[in-house]
Amino acid sequence: MKHVDEYRDGKLAGAVARRIAAEALPGRDYYFMEFCGGHTHAISRYGIEDLLPGNIHMIHGPGCPVCVLPIGRIDHAIRLAALPKVTLCTYADLMRVPASRGASLLKAKAAGADIRMVYSTLDAVRIAENEPGREIVFFAIGFETTTPPTALAIRLAEKKSLQNFSVFCNHVLTPAAMAAILGDPDAKAEDAIRVDGFVGPAHVSTVIGTAPYVFCAEQYGKPVVIAGFEPLDVMQAILMLVRQINEGRHEVENQYIRAVTAAGNRKAQAEVEAVFELREAFEWRGLGEVPFSALRLRETFAQYDAERRFPVATEAAHDNPACECGAILRGVKKPAECRLFGNACTPETPVGSCMVSAEGACAAHWTYGRFREHISAASAAGPLPAPEAGEGIRTTRRAAS
Amino acid sequence: MTITLHQVKPSRRQLDIARGHVDLSHGSGGRAMAQLIAGIFYEAFANDWLRQGNDQAAFDVEGGRMVMSTDSYVVSPLFFPGGDIGSLAVHGTINDIAMAGARPLHLSASFIIEEGFALADLQRIASSMGEASRAAGVPIVTGDTKVVERGKADGVFITTTGVGIVPAGLDLSGDRARPGDVVILSGTIGDHGVAVMSKRQNLDFETQIVSDSASLHGLVADLVAAAGPSLRAMRDPTRGGLAATLNELAHQSGVGFRIDEEAVPVRPEVAAACELLGLDPLHVANEGKLIAIVAPEGAAAALAAIKAHPLGRDAAIIGEAIADEARFVQMVTAFGGGRIVDWLSGEQLPRIC
Repeated sequence: MKHVDEYRDGKLAGAVARRIAAEALPGRDYYFMEFCGGHTHAISRYGIEDLLPGNIHMIHGPGCPVCVLPIGRIDHAIRLAALPKVTLCTYADLMRVPASRGASLLKAKAAGADIRMVYSTLDAVRIAENEPGREIVFFAIGFETTTPPTALAIRLAEKKSLQNFSVFCNHVLTPAAMAAILGDPDAKAEDAIRVDGFVGPAHVSTVIGTAPYVFCAEQYGKPVVIAGFEPLDVMQAILMLVRQINEGRHEVENQYIRAVTAAGNRKAQAEVEAVFELREAFEWRGLGEVPFSALRLRETFAQYDAERRFPVATEAAHDNPACECGAILRGVKKPAECRLFGNACTPETPVGSCMVSAEGACAAHWTYGRFREHISAASAAGPLPAPEAGEGIRTTRRAAS
Repeated sequence: MTITLHQVKPSRRQLDIARGHVDLSHGSGGRAMAQLIAGIFYEAFANDWLRQGNDQAAFDVEGGRMVMSTDSYVVSPLFFPGGDIGSLAVHGTINDIAMAGARPLHLSASFIIEEGFALADLQRIASSMGEASRAAGVPIVTGDTKVVERGKADGVFITTTGVGIVPAGLDLSGDRARPGDVVILSGTIGDHGVAVMSKRQNLDFETQIVSDSASLHGLVADLVAAAGPSLRAMRDPTRGGLAATLNELAHQSGVGFRIDEEAVPVRPEVAAACELLGLDPLHVANEGKLIAIVAPEGAAAALAAIKAHPLGRDAAIIGEAIADEARFVQMVTAFGGGRIVDWLSGEQLPRIC
């Protein structure tokens, strides 16, 4: 666990926490959005909230690919899976996402559809190779991090002359979503959120680099600090954001220098560019139709495009009206403010997508953080006292030999 | 691990019996499974023994107290580093008997075999079972064999049932944890799950990790003798891992737990594999570990007894029971913050045991 434990070191965390507490101005509040679900997960998993002073507020952003997929796309995937000879290959995360009328891929599989969980795009290509009699459709989702592997799979299928492999493409773009959050001129008053700065994407930035976020700093005056997904990365990014704000700066800074460069991964970008093109618009759960925010396969790769290859009828799909996933994905509400949270909606019986993925804000809060409401509701019981900032001094996990 | 009805708080949404289907989450050891059992089997079988909510049932017979437990094994692959489905079927059921503090006496074994299964593999599995049962001193005294058409099973599925006798005066149950009780874990977690995963098709990775599959009744006997009446409950954290077991005990006993992440022993190679696979060792199955809930006055003696046994050398006190109406399992992370340790929802690793 060398090279990982260093970024989870409780002693260092305590030191950074003390710096944050010392530098955050007591007279003001700081509202930072961590864009990525990976950050949301780290914040919840390691209890980072307990290490921050009360005037630093973390807002969960929409960077969870499963969460932002609108219900209509899941319906679409279920219809694809129901077609004769079609095998739908998907990442496990998507299996339990609620579709219309209480359906899900998990239920469709139990009812007989051939839906298989895979760990990588290449597994899906392998299945296509081994089972030429079946039509293998890969349910491709994700931000810029997962797009190059999908491009690679398509190139591989082409190279192997596979006639039975296609991709149901749902790849979306991070900067477009950030722009939608910052710049939504139609936002209603109750939807207005305060974001003073962003903890910027980790893995996404390894692919696209730091340049695509410059508009946040230049057009909107919001600092961005690109940060890794380890808890110390997040803490350090928060400190860097506090410093930018205190000094009146709004720049794109890179905390994650061990993996992210300004230009990103040019080879991956070229692969994506060769295979995909921009969609004019794409529906996001929570953000609605966002212009130029998603990708589709280029015409030259049409035979690998499941949407072109298997036209299925789709109808307008609506979220459960009580579900607050939309507001939560925009950072307007917190999970516990949804009245379904923990009642009708739990990870076993999710109503909205944010309760499904481990990166979803609701699932993260349910899985790791919901004891905090309980403690504040029944403070007399007082189980786990939140350590004071700087007090959480621990050594790294002790491992048995 | 036998999942019984009151270990897990059922989900609030009802089973849709008219239109629903069994899906993989119903076998995960989590809330969906509890809901299935409560909605189907509880309705059909409900009785006071089931209502105890333990991995085994204890009942009075003339001249003493007996324990009975049954478990099915569907692990894939059948052979994995450190064991196979046969040894696992012996160890797992012996452990469920032992967790009541009982001395296991006899096992039965039932086989569902798929047409076309290699006899050599069957013999290898049977030999492994024989060896495990002889080593444990618990003979397999009766059995049953069924063969189903190709495609109607996957190789072989084994069900073992065990009976045992509880020493006079001993009364262990998962509902007996009280605030202040100490939680002892008998060794490193996650070894079994990671060993099995490492041999899964399409997930092959190189590792030295072997399953911890082992019979724990010897260690249990030492522990019972050392801790005496301060021993409240024991359970083996199999499917669903340490997280599921602590949550079960919290719900049965109406307490919370607070554990210290740093105190939980995890082998570095297991931690690394979990990192790679996106798993939390707290959710990964074990087949040769137990947690013991011990009143504070007996904790030192209990820990010493476990550590003195070869299967308990890495044992550690990992936390304590606390008063908490919400019955949360809380953890102070190595990073210094707080979190809860919940049941895993859905299925992390199908067919791990």
